[in-house]
Amino acid sequence: MSTQVSPAAAAVARQRVALRCLGLVKRFTDVTAVNGVDLQVYAGECFGLLGPNGAGKTTTVEILEGLTPSDEGTVELLGQNWNSGRDNRALRERIGVQLQETQLAEKVTVVETLRLFRSFYARGHDVEEVIRTVALEEKRNARVGKLSGGQKQRLAVACALVSDPELLFLDEPTTGLDPQARLSLWDIVERFRDGGGTILLTTHYMEEATRLCDRVAIMDHGKVIALGTPAELIESLGADQVIEFSVTNPLTDEPLTNLPAVTNLHKRGDVYALTVSEIGVALPGLLAEIKRQQSELVTLTTHQATLEDVFVSLTGRMLRDS
Amino acid sequence: MIAEAKETRASEVKSQSLHPLFELTAMRVREFLREKEAVFWVFVFPVLMTFALGIAFRNTAPEKTPVAIEASTTDTRASELAGVLSRSEEITATVVTPDEASRALRSGKVSIVVKPQDDTFEYRFDPTRPESRAARLLVDDVLQRGKGRTDVAQIAEQKVTEPGARYVDFLVPGLIGMNMMGSGLWGLGFTIVIARSRKLLKRFAATPMRRSHYLLSFMLSRLIFLVLEVAAVIVFAALAFGFTVRGSWLSLGLITVLGGFTFSGIGLLVAARPTTIEGVSGLMNFIMLPMWLLSGTFFSSERFPEVLQPFIKALPLTALNDVLRALMNEGATLASMWIPISVLLAWCLISFVVALKIFKWQ
Repeated sequence: MSTQVSPAAAAVARQRVALRCLGLVKRFTDVTAVNGVDLQVYAGECFGLLGPNGAGKTTTVEILEGLTPSDEGTVELLGQNWNSGRDNRALRERIGVQLQETQLAEKVTVVETLRLFRSFYARGHDVEEVIRTVALEEKRNARVGKLSGGQKQRLAVACALVSDPELLFLDEPTTGLDPQARLSLWDIVERFRDGGGTILLTTHYMEEATRLCDRVAIMDHGKVIALGTPAELIESLGADQVIEFSVTNPLTDEPLTNLPAVTNLHKRGDVYALTVSEIGVALPGLLAEIKRQQSELVTLTTHQATLEDVFVSLTGRMLRDS
Repeated sequence: MIAEAKETRASEVKSQSLHPLFELTAMRVREFLREKEAVFWVFVFPVLMTFALGIAFRNTAPEKTPVAIEASTTDTRASELAGVLSRSEEITATVVTPDEASRALRSGKVSIVVKPQDDTFEYRFDPTRPESRAARLLVDDVLQRGKGRTDVAQIAEQKVTEPGARYVDFLVPGLIGMNMMGSGLWGLGFTIVIARSRKLLKRFAATPMRRSHYLLSFMLSRLIFLVLEVAAVIVFAALAFGFTVRGSWLSLGLITVLGGFTFSGIGLLVAARPTTIEGVSGLMNFIMLPMWLLSGTFFSSERFPEVLQPFIKALPLTALNDVLRALMNEGATLASMWIPISVLLAWCLISFVVALKIFKWQ
């Protein structure tokens, strides 16, 4: 958990809560998918659940969407609760949902699909307007089966936007998309947020979380292991640069962590990752140390610290290979 | 309450969407019509089937009875006898040697062998073969009359081979029934399970869509296609074979709707739980196979043993076929068919109620 409270987070704390859950637990026969999750999402923010596959993001989101009942815990959405077995239509009118695995019917066209979804809601956007929002004008009369992956995903988001929701759930909206398609989806999400909407999105791309999210909860094994703005989380590493390197002969760890400006060391296979506060100070020391231990550099890269490094420092694993 | 909270962001919408029930039904219809294979199996296949079976089992003119006269070819009595017998329109007589006669009788080429003796005739035939017994009567009649026997009673004959009693007349209602079962089960079962396996049902469950609308849309689209399905077969059979519907069209319409709903209900029940196509296919075959065999589509279900009859009569397809046949072939009224109609109603209600209870949206 981030212990510092930044001015930005303090401002956020005074805002209206759009979504709150406490103590969510969901057990399946062989695994506890969600193990005590507390979240608060404020109106107007884009909140990200970041974590590797199998971290429990989708189960959490589906509990929040009222699609999966939780074993324990409470959910409050826009001041309302899901009634088990009762009519939740009033609440469903106010949220928009994109599910990770939904495949829309292939034989119908873009405009027909949107008309169908629009018809379920008492109020919402004009279908043509939503088609423009997601830039599918040229594909208006194309069948869903003929769309590219990115276009399908934009249509899925359009189906969630067509009701003009107050709260939008996006479950891994850009997984499997090429960079261009990803950018155009990010655009749509940002415009929705700029229009005052609230977003809860899950992702296992740290670039996505960094770019889109006002605040991020990092999930692993069904639990939230860190929470804060992307900047806060990266700051919590106590460093803003990461040096990754590999060497010919294994090094002893102790002298490395004691080098000037080094705050942390992680080893993943043959690759050492040093988080450092000042790269200009750390680098000469590191090179000297490698020489002293009679080893030689094989590779060396440096980069600005990212959410990925936060995840690595918390779990010892990479986001995408766990 | 919703409108209040959102007034500021609401756009001026001119909605192009109609009522959700209409949109859902339109979606069903579009999906079906754009699936060329489905169109073939539902509309073209039954017509082809009617055509093929109607041709294969068409009624032909009654065949003449083949009779062998056992004698040497030089025997004048034998050829005289052949002349006498052949004068009857129903007999073809040939003179053959004793050896040939026995062989022809054994192989069923002739039904009876007649052997002229001095003043008498000897008949050789197999009394266990119906056509041999008939041939004996026929030959005997011709010979006795030839010898001067006169009929004592005056007989008037009326020959009847009319539409309604032919095989094709039996077949058409059965094909319609079978087709209604197939399209009801496949149409609902398949479509729903595909939607579930593709998480589309879950996606719908995340909207305020009324679940009853979703299920009703299947009923409505089925109704539209039912009319076309039934009409296609009837019109074809009428043109190709002179098939006629003797009962009232209103009754036929009502039964078509009932049959369509019944098999939609069963389709819904079959689709209530499975999450894979393989699962639902197996289940559907398990349900349809006994009915294809037992429910009297291609031949009368009365041919099965007595002990099976209560079970067979309780099958929905048997009930539907029985009602359709009575209506189309005999011109029966619905009231006289209350038993099979009750069977259909029971299947319809029970399957819907159970299906809605156990239906899974994800």
